[in-house]
Amino acid sequence: MSVKITRRKFTATAAGAALVAGTAPFNIVKAQSNTLKIGSIHPRSGFQAQLGIACQRGIDLAPRVLKGMGIDANVEIMNADTESNVDVARSRAEKLINDGANVLIGAFDSGQSAAIAQVAEQKGVPYIINVAAAPQITEQGYKFVFRNFPTAPMLVGDGLNLMKGVFEKSGITPKTAVFMHVNDTFGQSMAGAIKAMAPRFNLPFQIVDTIAYDPQAKDLSVEIAKAKATGAELLMPVTRLNDAIMIIREMVKQRWEPPIVMSPGAPGFYEGQFYKTLGKFSNYLLTNVPWYNPRSSITQKLLDEFTKSYKGELFELNVGFSFEAVMVAVSAFNAAKSTNGAALADAIRKTNITDHVMAGGPLQFDAKGQNVNIKSVTLQNLEQRPKVVLPLEIAEDNLTLPMPSWSKR
Amino acid sequence: MPAELIFNVAIQGILTGLVYGLMALGLSVIFGVVRVVNFAHGEMMTIASYAAIIAFGAWGIDPLVAMVPIAVVLFALGYIMQAVLINPFINRPEHSQFMLLAAVALIMVNGLLMIFGPDARNVMVDYALDSFEIGPLLVDKVRVITAALAMAITAGLFAFFKLSRTGKAIRACADNHMGALVVGLNVKRLYALTFGIGSACVGAAGAMMALLIDTTPNIGPAFTLQAFVIVIVGGLGSMPGALLGGVLIGLSEAMSGLFFAPSAKSMFAIAILILVLLFRPQGLLGRKA
Repeated sequence: MSVKITRRKFTATAAGAALVAGTAPFNIVKAQSNTLKIGSIHPRSGFQAQLGIACQRGIDLAPRVLKGMGIDANVEIMNADTESNVDVARSRAEKLINDGANVLIGAFDSGQSAAIAQVAEQKGVPYIINVAAAPQITEQGYKFVFRNFPTAPMLVGDGLNLMKGVFEKSGITPKTAVFMHVNDTFGQSMAGAIKAMAPRFNLPFQIVDTIAYDPQAKDLSVEIAKAKATGAELLMPVTRLNDAIMIIREMVKQRWEPPIVMSPGAPGFYEGQFYKTLGKFSNYLLTNVPWYNPRSSITQKLLDEFTKSYKGELFELNVGFSFEAVMVAVSAFNAAKSTNGAALADAIRKTNITDHVMAGGPLQFDAKGQNVNIKSVTLQNLEQRPKVVLPLEIAEDNLTLPMPSWSKR
Repeated sequence: MPAELIFNVAIQGILTGLVYGLMALGLSVIFGVVRVVNFAHGEMMTIASYAAIIAFGAWGIDPLVAMVPIAVVLFALGYIMQAVLINPFINRPEHSQFMLLAAVALIMVNGLLMIFGPDARNVMVDYALDSFEIGPLLVDKVRVITAALAMAITAGLFAFFKLSRTGKAIRACADNHMGALVVGLNVKRLYALTFGIGSACVGAAGAMMALLIDTTPNIGPAFTLQAFVIVIVGGLGSMPGALLGGVLIGLSEAMSGLFFAPSAKSMFAIAILILVLLFRPQGLLGRKA
């Protein structure tokens, strides 16, 4: 079959070729851009909204704080809302990448983070997880996924170790415990880790019941009635925010007063909304959790900016880890001098930041992309705010146990 | 398992179920008469909860007192919605009605998000954390009060439909639409009145719910679904059925949480729904079409 080329067809083809050739240099410019586009992807609506917004605050503050520290932080933040939904998280990650994001940061929730990780890996765009503990995310052999947050086993390991410290310091050693956990990816990971690791830690108590509940439960009266019926001397809850509030409210209503309530490493007890809602009933609860180092100079700089920008809001770990994720991305961008995904991923892998916000060793990633230097602390709610009580070298206040009765507050 | 634990949990389930029943009552009344399923039901309840939270936060008004003006406001909202929005859709296909009310629900959720943000809010009245101690039983004070009020409101509504002339006229519209038109009843006005009454029930339930659970703009769809489950189990259009359905769902959730896994509570509610649909499709107290 012969193809007849007319003068008109030739002109059109030549014009098309010229257009493509003419725009090609812009592609090169894009790859060598002086601005790092960071896709910040968090649950900013839905049942995890408060926590996603807390993460977002850390990200929004980061460029200003880093510039204030003399670090070249030429970044553009692109925001996306996962609506607290795994499928939405996946599609928003794809959209951010299609819109030109060079790095993704998020997503507070393990399920959503796992979905985003798949997309980032497939597209070759580095993804820095700020908050999410499910261990499997960094066990997939991903090359573009990094996590600056402890895995569930790390959280549990640190949490159980710190428990022993609490028992020793307070002189109260419970014989029985009940473990309550939210039944989502994070909660299940924590439950799995506790089941696997508790025997190794030679803990003085026996877990007499494990109670899982729906992450979107509107009422936890049955769960607390069951837990109370065990007569346990220690309650170990793994919660989100709203369920943490419900648990304590039900404990007060049902007059259940175990001597110690200690989270082995979960959100809830140390969050602003928790104190606002429960007031005096928020006091004396304990959480073993990675936390900011109150003695770090960067923490103080970030805290100053946070207080100026968000009056009345609580500065907590979601803000700190999100800030650090931007810090890692900026450091890698400055080292790689490129927005190319592979170059950025290589630079992130070589990260070594010794002076940073969260407690623990330097910001570094192992071969799996996991920062293994993060350390938990024991927080106790005192005067309606979280205070570090262990380890003693960074403690802000003294441990107070047993918890006073609800009616005597 | 100790008997007092089982009794405690059963009582909590029944009391919560009664408030669920009041919530579903509005949906049942509206469907029973207007034959329109209000897909914005849960969202209207969320608006009522926020109104109770504002009344408490700004003026210290107890939600159980604020419930009356909130029900009046919701009555007006429902009346206007029916008169202006829904009446033109009465004779249109069901999917058009669904799209209309789903759109209203979306607007309400997003409006609430814009005004109040995503944070959970609640009302902490003096007695919010109190309980009655009856022998070995410990019964939540708020649940007892709200359940009693739910029963009183349901009884009042039942009396209104049975004894008042307007109530009888509304029932006539539900029983025989053509007949009601023939005898000269203003059916459109009665429909609007019914939608208003159903919305007032939702308003009262929403104000009470503010005492029981934390309110966020996104809880509406879950309540709409729960109300559907309850009215289908109890019988669409049946007032005692809504209350019975509420109690059954509340009790089944509580007992399944106790005897099986708490995280499987809603699974049991849905299982009851499936059983009812299979063996008594008109609902426990519903009439066959």
